[in-house]
Amino acid sequence: MGDVAIRIEGLSKRYRIGVRERSHDTLGGALTDLAKRPFRNLRRLRELSTFDDSANREDVIWALDDVSFEVERGEIVGVIGRNGSGKSTIIKVLSRITSPTRGRVELSGRVGALLEVGTAFHPDLTGRENVYLNGSVLGMRKREIEARFDEIVGFSEVEKFIDMPVKRYSTGMALRLAFSVAAHLEAEILLVDEVLAVGDVKFQEKCVGKMQDVTTTMGRTVLFVSHNMGSVQRLCDRAVLLHDGELLMNGPTREVVSGYLGLGAERLGERVWNDVASAPGDDTARIRAVRMLDDRGELSSDFDVRDPVYVQMEYSVLRDVESLNVTFEFRNERGELVFVSTDDSGGTQPGRSRQAGLYRSTCRIPPDLLNNGQMFVLAKLADGVRTHAERPDVVTFNVLDSMDPDGARGSYPADWPATAVRPRLEWESERRAETHSKV
Amino acid sequence: MADSRPAPASKPFRVIEPASGWRSIDYRELWEYRDVLYFLVRRDIRVRYTQSVFGVGWAVIQPVFFMIVFSIVFGRLAGVKSDGVPYPIFSFAALVPWTYFSTAFTESTNSLVLNQPMIQKVYFPRLALPLAPVIARLIDFVVAFLVLMLLMAWYQSAPTVWVLTLPFLLLLAATLAWGIGTWLTSMAVQYRDVKYGLAFAAQLMMFCSPVVYPATQIPDRYRLIYGLNPMVGVVEGFRSALLATNPMPWDLLAVGAVVTVLVTLTGTLYFRRMEHVFADVA
Repeated sequence: MGDVAIRIEGLSKRYRIGVRERSHDTLGGALTDLAKRPFRNLRRLRELSTFDDSANREDVIWALDDVSFEVERGEIVGVIGRNGSGKSTIIKVLSRITSPTRGRVELSGRVGALLEVGTAFHPDLTGRENVYLNGSVLGMRKREIEARFDEIVGFSEVEKFIDMPVKRYSTGMALRLAFSVAAHLEAEILLVDEVLAVGDVKFQEKCVGKMQDVTTTMGRTVLFVSHNMGSVQRLCDRAVLLHDGELLMNGPTREVVSGYLGLGAERLGERVWNDVASAPGDDTARIRAVRMLDDRGELSSDFDVRDPVYVQMEYSVLRDVESLNVTFEFRNERGELVFVSTDDSGGTQPGRSRQAGLYRSTCRIPPDLLNNGQMFVLAKLADGVRTHAERPDVVTFNVLDSMDPDGARGSYPADWPATAVRPRLEWESERRAETHSKV
Repeated sequence: MADSRPAPASKPFRVIEPASGWRSIDYRELWEYRDVLYFLVRRDIRVRYTQSVFGVGWAVIQPVFFMIVFSIVFGRLAGVKSDGVPYPIFSFAALVPWTYFSTAFTESTNSLVLNQPMIQKVYFPRLALPLAPVIARLIDFVVAFLVLMLLMAWYQSAPTVWVLTLPFLLLLAATLAWGIGTWLTSMAVQYRDVKYGLAFAAQLMMFCSPVVYPATQIPDRYRLIYGLNPMVGVVEGFRSALLATNPMPWDLLAVGAVVTVLVTLTGTLYFRRMEHVFADVA
């Protein structure tokens, strides 16, 4: 049995979510309520930090529920799961930002945490001052920071601006500097949460390289939380999958990632307006629902790059119209407009007059077209002249790279470049001659 | 079996378990993280004076203007007694420690809420947060104190030998500011009322301290009850030491010191008790 760096046993964390406000409908009720309010507020605010015995109350959520696993020294273990599955909570407990409700964690070695960056940066301080403040907060001694200062700044590539207040930095610059500080912390155990999700691609590459470096050459242990299946598969030999605070899988990365992809439908991929009056739109047409479907027609928000993606809109046409088009716009996480599609495409339904009623239109995005990453969908109802309804970011979905060779990537082993699309195209290769004489 | 294996001696070994109940201050950890305190203090000093025209001059402007206003309103119009010294130095000798104390405890109280992003993203001994402004504001105190020296020279007023006690009086004020700060800042995380009531409380407390009037105005039988406010002893002590208005108020200082120790002990204990929920409720 190897040398255990992190041992997590039965870890649970309970959060209390906001408590609902009661409403009143008479003036008398409102007045007595006004008088009682301070007492109720006091109870409500107190409850944020105290829990009574009724642990099953509806305003309590278990962000972590009896999670146990171990990480050996020198391992990089990925922690994956959907939003709200408890990934970040694990890091917060391990880095002592928040304390667990139950369970026990044993850490052998100095711990450094790299949470979404920006951490302790103060906008009025210069880059240099922030490096010192941030470094000390992360647990570095002053002389340690002094010794590594040039290295930190060099890695971040912001040398020229180091004596400028951080508020004049671009987001990317501040981010690079913050990452550099944390990456140069001499911790035996590094906890990394989503930091690589932001920043430009080149720097991301550099960070991933740095992380591989610290584990392979310095034998450090890394717990890596990420949404990016590509990075997880590249960096980690092993991964754990969390779902609703529980540990679902713990094993080789490839298996756990496909387990994650198989988790199936989630409400995230759907937006519904049950009430026509409050649905987005005007007196001609209103959007009633937009949803993401997989090829079995089931709701989903995560799609394999090799699978088709269906976007569906239900909409109410409130009066007979001469023409009406459904349009979807797709943007990626960098905000680039990847493509636009409308139900008029290909002249499939000429003469688009519509009688009043409830309609449904579905758009199929072919497999092997989108690149991996998050996509944001804008839904629109318009005729040639006017836009009747428009909703940006109405649904979002993730395109996940399974890293399997039957997609566009073939046997290419690393992260696919951040291109807008990743079509799988027809290729033909042949040997034309044995010599190189003439082309 | 798992428990029988000892941790490698060279590596620090840490156990994280549910935290609850009362915990005392972890001095060892505080010492380990002393550089955090140093850089927080530096930050508090720097941030206050960057992008400011008068910079550290603000440490003087506020007490000087209060002195002018008090001299007119209380000294002239209301005819408040000033223990036989000119009203301007009478009030300024009190305003210097008072201004330090009130800015220190106000900023100390606001510290957790202001540093909320930091609390939610990184661990370090949180006690450093309310302590940093108490130390940083000492700069302001020193600057204001130099002005007080000039003012005394102008009025040709010589200090007594008791100036030697001033560091102790200052320490008392600083400790009290930290003590009250730890109490209030822990509450402010959860109850924003603290923030709204703060300026009001600071003002009330000023009138409960002998800043605009002498402590000798208080009837003798209430003197020690009055002294339960530790700033009474501090402010009177400053006057006695610098202006020789009265003998050193040892009785007030003794009562005040006991109260200060109690407030600070309970404050830090309460802070430690609440510490583990700061990141969750802030």
